[in-house]
Amino acid sequence: MFAFIIRRITQAIFVMLVISMVGFAIKNKIGDPVRDLVGERVTPEERAQIRDQLGLNDPFAAQYLRFLKNVTKGDLGQSFFYKKPALDVIVGKAPATLELVFGAALIIILVSMPLGVYTALKPQSAFSRFVMGFSTLGVSMPVFLTAIMLIYVFGVNLHWLPSYGRGETVDLFGNGWWQTGFLTLDGLEHLILPCISLASIMLPLFIRLIRSEMMEVLETEYIKYAWAKGLSPMRIWLVHAFKNTLLPVVTVFGVQIGIMFAFTILTETVFQWQGMGYMFLEAVERSDISLLIAYLIVVGSVFVLVNTLVDILYGFINPTVRIAGRK
Amino acid sequence: MKKIMMLTLGLFMVLSVGFSASAKTMTVGLDADPVSLDIHVQLSGGMLQLSHWCFDPLVRWTQEMTFEPRLATKWERINEYRMRFYLRKGVKFHSGNTFTAKDVKWTFDRMRNSVDYKGLIEPFVGVAIVDDYTVDIVTAKPYALLLNMATYFFAMDSEFYSGNDENGQPKDAIVKIGPSFALNNASGTGPYVVTSREHGVKVVFERFKDYWDTKSPGNVDKMILTPIKEDATRVAALLSGDVDFITPVPPQDFKRIDSDPNVKLVTCNGGRIITLQLNQKRRPEFKDARVRLAMAYAINNAGIVKKIMKGTATVAAQQGPEGYAGYKPELTPRYDLKKAKALMKEAGLEKGFECTMISPNNRYVNDEKIAEAATQMLAKINIKVNLKTMPKAQYWDEFDAQVADIQLIGWHSDTEDSGNFSEFLMMCPDKATGYGQYNSGNYCNKRVDELTLAAQAEVDLAKRADMLKEIEQILYDEAAFIPFHWQNHSYAGKKELGIAPVINSMNFPYFGDIVVE
Repeated sequence: MFAFIIRRITQAIFVMLVISMVGFAIKNKIGDPVRDLVGERVTPEERAQIRDQLGLNDPFAAQYLRFLKNVTKGDLGQSFFYKKPALDVIVGKAPATLELVFGAALIIILVSMPLGVYTALKPQSAFSRFVMGFSTLGVSMPVFLTAIMLIYVFGVNLHWLPSYGRGETVDLFGNGWWQTGFLTLDGLEHLILPCISLASIMLPLFIRLIRSEMMEVLETEYIKYAWAKGLSPMRIWLVHAFKNTLLPVVTVFGVQIGIMFAFTILTETVFQWQGMGYMFLEAVERSDISLLIAYLIVVGSVFVLVNTLVDILYGFINPTVRIAGRK
Repeated sequence: MKKIMMLTLGLFMVLSVGFSASAKTMTVGLDADPVSLDIHVQLSGGMLQLSHWCFDPLVRWTQEMTFEPRLATKWERINEYRMRFYLRKGVKFHSGNTFTAKDVKWTFDRMRNSVDYKGLIEPFVGVAIVDDYTVDIVTAKPYALLLNMATYFFAMDSEFYSGNDENGQPKDAIVKIGPSFALNNASGTGPYVVTSREHGVKVVFERFKDYWDTKSPGNVDKMILTPIKEDATRVAALLSGDVDFITPVPPQDFKRIDSDPNVKLVTCNGGRIITLQLNQKRRPEFKDARVRLAMAYAINNAGIVKKIMKGTATVAAQQGPEGYAGYKPELTPRYDLKKAKALMKEAGLEKGFECTMISPNNRYVNDEKIAEAATQMLAKINIKVNLKTMPKAQYWDEFDAQVADIQLIGWHSDTEDSGNFSEFLMMCPDKATGYGQYNSGNYCNKRVDELTLAAQAEVDLAKRADMLKEIEQILYDEAAFIPFHWQNHSYAGKKELGIAPVINSMNFPYFGDIVVE
């Protein structure tokens, strides 16, 4: 077991090295950060001087080694735009994204479950047909279009909901780490449209998933037995059938939540939501390369960490995984 | 010092509660927020806007392109090298310190240490203090644009920025990347005090209660600036009532804003010219003035202004717009396809040729569309242009490397004077002097160089204007570049906002003077 864990951790470190190297390899291709820092009057010589000061003119290997050395000290570099350590910027933007994903996940859970169950139980009803038709539409509509339509309908025309930003936020722990929008009315109003947009991608998928799983379960022998036993329909549907429907759904949900983080880039851009996705896109535009690399490292390490932990856990639960790796 | 700030802040809060009945808040959505509170860290439009909100210059431009006294109440030329400024008395900084001549000198010396500003103030020798409220600004050579430059002399609070901060770094350090005292702290004499700032998210300004300009009609007590980068979102934010004012307004939304009874659109002429440079070093055809003229005749720039810019630009045929010293009204746009074809025939290039072109796609208003339209127009005289567009982050390196035969560039003269265009775009490129730094067409005419340099030193403004006009005429006759238009500035806001009186062609909305009914 010990050897297995060591092997997994070595692999994880190797993957992180590859990610950082890829990040470094592309960084010279996205533009010169110095251009964004100076006015038009600044001469090429002065720009070169600034590049020198920033160490951008050093050979690739020297820059990379310096970066690795700093990383071991927990320093991922300074963001050119924010003029702060890149890690601080990313950590500061993370709560906004997490809240957005959390809100969207909440909508998905609360809406997909009843609709999925209903369409499975009454597949022929007019409402079920409408839901299924609508979900096809939802799947095929790009998220930025949904978002812009929502803004125009509810923000511009009806004036019901705000059109951009996070609104009023509250400091959750009193130390400035987590600004939450969930505790004020204004913050909640600002959450509604972005969360719906983000949810619109996954929601139809889950309605369909729950529906098909539920229909399958309803055909099984033990449900038939339950009917024969004379249990009340509610008990059969919700306790016996639905519970077993949920098992595969939960697994898929876990995976999709991760993917949803990727979709936040579009949603956050349209709503100017100050989260990690928006920050990433902005950093690309400003060629804030040290922030970009830090972002790749942070996101990469989260994925690697989770995967490594899961692998190790699997190793505990299922010994064949461990043995398969042994030569 | 911090204590004093806290005290004054506390005082503002107490006072503002007292006035809360009439407190007016204005929310502003711009495409970007100021990169720093240190006005010397970067010379850019956004930073100059901030400078006008939190600081005051010696003089500032009016809508009619004349000078308005700010921290200087009057000025007079002592001799060709020296101008005397009499400073306003009784002006307080945000910190409570009193503004005197030493602050003007201190600020000038600080500009010298700024990479961005030092080029701008190169003609100056320095600031000489005559007494507490009188300074002489001295130039190395006779310099015609001294007053134009005085609009960049924003006084900083020398006492406030002296000493070291908690990291042991001098408080006046100008740091491009990384923390500095001036990055997050500012003390100027301007109408607004920054009370909180989260970069990229929000800046909150509050009216400075001891603002010297008591005649200013401005009645906004609190201004909240949020950057909204996406054009569609910015417009939606105004239409939905989330913000009171936005700029810039994308041309495709003008109609929508005009048709909404709650908001209004205000535009004003700007000085940024959009041009194409034809590289004579890369393309022998472009050495022939007839070919360049043919191209100028082939471009329907009035059509571009109408269709692509939706009328929010002024068609150009020369570098500087109306109001600038070198503006020559006789130089009019020339779109004439027949003539263009005839010129190509004369040059022996009836069959045309193929060439390359690059343009940014997120730098100027509709830059990509303008470039595309130009390629189609040039195709009509058989010049096949292969266009490549790219984001500005990548564009300028390619521009400097002169990777294409035709390159698009926009230019705004930071002296608000015609000469500046020629210095950067039209003079023979010279690494040693730095002239022609953005002349990727490699157009070179000794007479233009001579006139541009002579105009710099000519203090007789009428004589000077003649020189600048001659330059425009030469460039027009030789089609040294292909002009499109001067971009207009566009603003939109709620009906009750008095936008029109505070805007100007520099795109520095003087929010200190804005009135909310």
